[in-house]
Amino acid sequence: MATTDVVAPKAMVMADFKGKVDPDWCPGCGDFGVLAAVQKALVELQIPKHEVATISGIGCSSNFPGFIDTYGMHTLHGRSLAVATGMKLANHAMTVLVTGGDGDGFGIGGNHFMHTMRRNVDLLYLVMDNQIYGLTTGQTSPTSRVGMKTKSMPYGNIEAPVNPISLALAAGATFVARGFSADQKHLVELIKRGIEHKGFSFIDVFSPCVTYNHDNTFQWFRPRVKKLEDNPEYDPTDWGAAMEKSLLWGDEIPIGRFFERTDVPTLHGAEPVLNAGPLVKQDNRIPPDIAKSFIAELM
Amino acid sequence: MRQSFAVGVGGAAGQGVATPGDIFAKIFSRRGLHLNAYNAYQSIIRGGHTFLTIRTGPDKISNMGDRIDLLIPLNQDTMDRHLGLLSAGGACLYNADLIQPGTPAAGVQMCPIPVSKLADISKNKVAQNTLAIGAALSMMGVGFPALESVLAEQFRKKEQKVIDENVGLARAGYDYATQNFKPFEWPLPMTETRYAVLSGNAALAMGGAAAGVKFYSAYPMSPSTGVLHWMAEHARKAEIMVRQVEDEIGVINMAIGAAHAGVRAMCATSGGGFALMSEGLGLAAQAEIPIVVIDCQRAGPSTGVPTKTEQGDLWQMLGAAFGDYPRVIAAPLDIGDCFKLIPEIFNIADRFQCPGIVLCDLLLSEGRLSVDPKELDFHPVIDRGELITSNGSGDHETYKRYKITESGVSPRAIPGVPGHTHTVSSDEHDEDGVLISDEYTNTVKRRAMMEKRMRKMDGIAAMVPLPQLQGPANADVTLIGWGSTYGVIDEACELLREEGVSANHLPIRWLVPLHGDAILDLLKGARHTIIVENNYSGQFARYLRSETSFVPKGHIRKYDGEPFMPHHIVEAVRDQLAGKTKLSVPAHEVMV
Ligand SMILES: Cc1ncc(C[n+]2csc(CCOP(=O)(O)OP(=O)(O)O)c2C)c(N)n1
Ligand code: SF4
Ligand SMILES: [Mg+2]
Repeated sequence: MATTDVVAPKAMVMADFKGKVDPDWCPGCGDFGVLAAVQKALVELQIPKHEVATISGIGCSSNFPGFIDTYGMHTLHGRSLAVATGMKLANHAMTVLVTGGDGDGFGIGGNHFMHTMRRNVDLLYLVMDNQIYGLTTGQTSPTSRVGMKTKSMPYGNIEAPVNPISLALAAGATFVARGFSADQKHLVELIKRGIEHKGFSFIDVFSPCVTYNHDNTFQWFRPRVKKLEDNPEYDPTDWGAAMEKSLLWGDEIPIGRFFERTDVPTLHGAEPVLNAGPLVKQDNRIPPDIAKSFIAELM
Repeated sequence: MRQSFAVGVGGAAGQGVATPGDIFAKIFSRRGLHLNAYNAYQSIIRGGHTFLTIRTGPDKISNMGDRIDLLIPLNQDTMDRHLGLLSAGGACLYNADLIQPGTPAAGVQMCPIPVSKLADISKNKVAQNTLAIGAALSMMGVGFPALESVLAEQFRKKEQKVIDENVGLARAGYDYATQNFKPFEWPLPMTETRYAVLSGNAALAMGGAAAGVKFYSAYPMSPSTGVLHWMAEHARKAEIMVRQVEDEIGVINMAIGAAHAGVRAMCATSGGGFALMSEGLGLAAQAEIPIVVIDCQRAGPSTGVPTKTEQGDLWQMLGAAFGDYPRVIAAPLDIGDCFKLIPEIFNIADRFQCPGIVLCDLLLSEGRLSVDPKELDFHPVIDRGELITSNGSGDHETYKRYKITESGVSPRAIPGVPGHTHTVSSDEHDEDGVLISDEYTNTVKRRAMMEKRMRKMDGIAAMVPLPQLQGPANADVTLIGWGSTYGVIDEACELLREEGVSANHLPIRWLVPLHGDAILDLLKGARHTIIVENNYSGQFARYLRSETSFVPKGHIRKYDGEPFMPHHIVEAVRDQLAGKTKLSVPAHEVMV
């Protein structure tokens, strides 16, 4: 369908990825760090911005696509992964990033989360996990800890939280990691690796909400997070070890690459219809002989 | 009266009712005859009761008709329930070993087949079916070779032994009938035309393929599942990406993602799945991403009657998703139209970057109809609208995805094109795609965006053809219907005319936009107007009134799960013209 594009080769710099507007997050919000890390990773990987799609749901964190200059989609609360799957399958030449919050991904979007992982859709899913519903002004989220007091559970949460890392491992995600918004360098490396991974990459990022979550603050996380990369014995190809590490929560909370495997075909790679190239570049007319055979079946 | 011949085959689910149905359909269509088939069944895989009606004749057969000429009961239940459908000249073929004949009407020929004498029933459990098919064709005056070749095709995946055995059985049934039963007075005619026989679901899917659909997503739900099955089976040949998704919320959102990437994307479901899709429909409208959603209606509410038909989702479609937004809704008039409508609605959805909804129902989705293969045009006009697929044009630094234009349509750059990056959003936004939902005082931008989107409705209305009145002018009665009732109303009008009541018909195909003024104009001189629809509350009547203030003289409604038969409408019209009632709810006499 397309004619040829005219693109002057040009090195991408941070300013290229600056969105049309500045983020309107609260000063100090963890999401600033995640945005900067994504922009940095894209610059380091030198991916042209028109080849990147950034797709989100709804939430403070989901305002992300508006703050970065790529092909953005700000979709519905919880539906980003479904939209992103459709986008990737229709044009697998695009680098697809999906961004959102813990409520968006593990609450209302939980079903899509599970199925996108088992399908091994080739995209990077970044959850800015602040263990709270930020945009709706501070209610309990699926990752809020037991006992945490919020506007919706003023006497303390009595429900056990989900463990996104264990969940992703169990659902068959082929790249599972955890980052911390305050540890930029580490996060940028995780994002680059996640983008380069062929298959579903999940990064749960601790991205504190400075306005509504007074329990899990930057100060709370800082002494607790321990990089898996600092342990030379840790083997991220060992699923059992990853599962074991994923259960740690308390004085020591591991961050880093928990798990990666590269032997599972991606969804678009397993689909023969895409052998002829990205769907959007294919002819949309049924060849006459094929059309004839469809009608012949009915005679 | 149209010449036609109807066969009814009934039995429990799992008894093989479908196979004789397929065989009769092939034989009729290859004789150059039209046909219409409707299967009444329940949501059960084994047991229950299934009753298939196949009606054939040299002219277009628009519905299942009023009577049956040949009944083939595969069990006692069918004999007991349906023998009453036969009148003088009809016949009933049944397994004499298993089934007790009922008391038929005068002039009905009872034809017992001594199955155990003609076949080794220990080896072949469905021997009675094949014997009956052979016998039936002999009585219809169809030569045996036609059956032989269809049987060979039917069992082509089996060994030659199986084919030979079935041909042998059919032959035994055929010869037995020739010797023992009286042939029908009206031997089946033959013509030179050859028809394709297809279900509405296959037609919708093929219409999609013809329209250039490259992405189809679905979650199984009766009666829409046939669309998924056709798509899945033909995906590789047609080069269509077909995905079964975790739920209908995922289905529509995946389709939206694919559509945004630049391909035509379609999905089909039934009322329950559509309810889950409605938020997504709003996203498509707000982000201005064209998609086509098919709703194959079944009897609701809730899980309702999954295997029965109804036109009960109109108001769900009219109100689907909150807020005002441009949408197109059309209801195909028959199975051939299921094919034709899809490229048409895609062209509108693409040009106006909005969702298109196709309101089908079980009657069409699962019914089968003979269609002239020339009508299945795989090269229809494809109009993708104002799509930017390369940066060749130049001035892209100023690209505004939601540029305010007179038509309301803003040229759409697809992702991947250099120099056109932008963000689309479910939140309200400005021309650039920047969110204005947070600018709480910006009433000016909000108003401009609402008006831009809604302006598209004018352009859409100009593309949608005006409704037409069919039949004589100045009729005694005007019947108004929408979608799938087209065929049965058409025949009812013909029957009324034969009894001296002049009747005409206003079928509505495009529901949104509705050409209200044109409809009022057509109905201005109508003497007696009656709205016919397959639901309880008169959903179309209420919609027409809300759009035009038009109130008809009477209503004919049916909401028992089964479609109208022509006599239901004819009798109701008679009653209403005689002033007996203004609301007729015909009873479905046959329990299925
Ligand atoms: C269907 C639907 N339900 C509810 C909402 C309201 N809503 C918007 S954002 C949100 C929660 C956001 O929490 P999270 O995803 O964790 O993002 P955060 O704001 O914390 O970054 C809710 C409930 C909505 N937009 N749509
Ligand atoms: S409410 Fe919390 S999550 Fe939202 S922007 Fe403010 S700090 Fe960030
Ligand atoms: Mg959150």
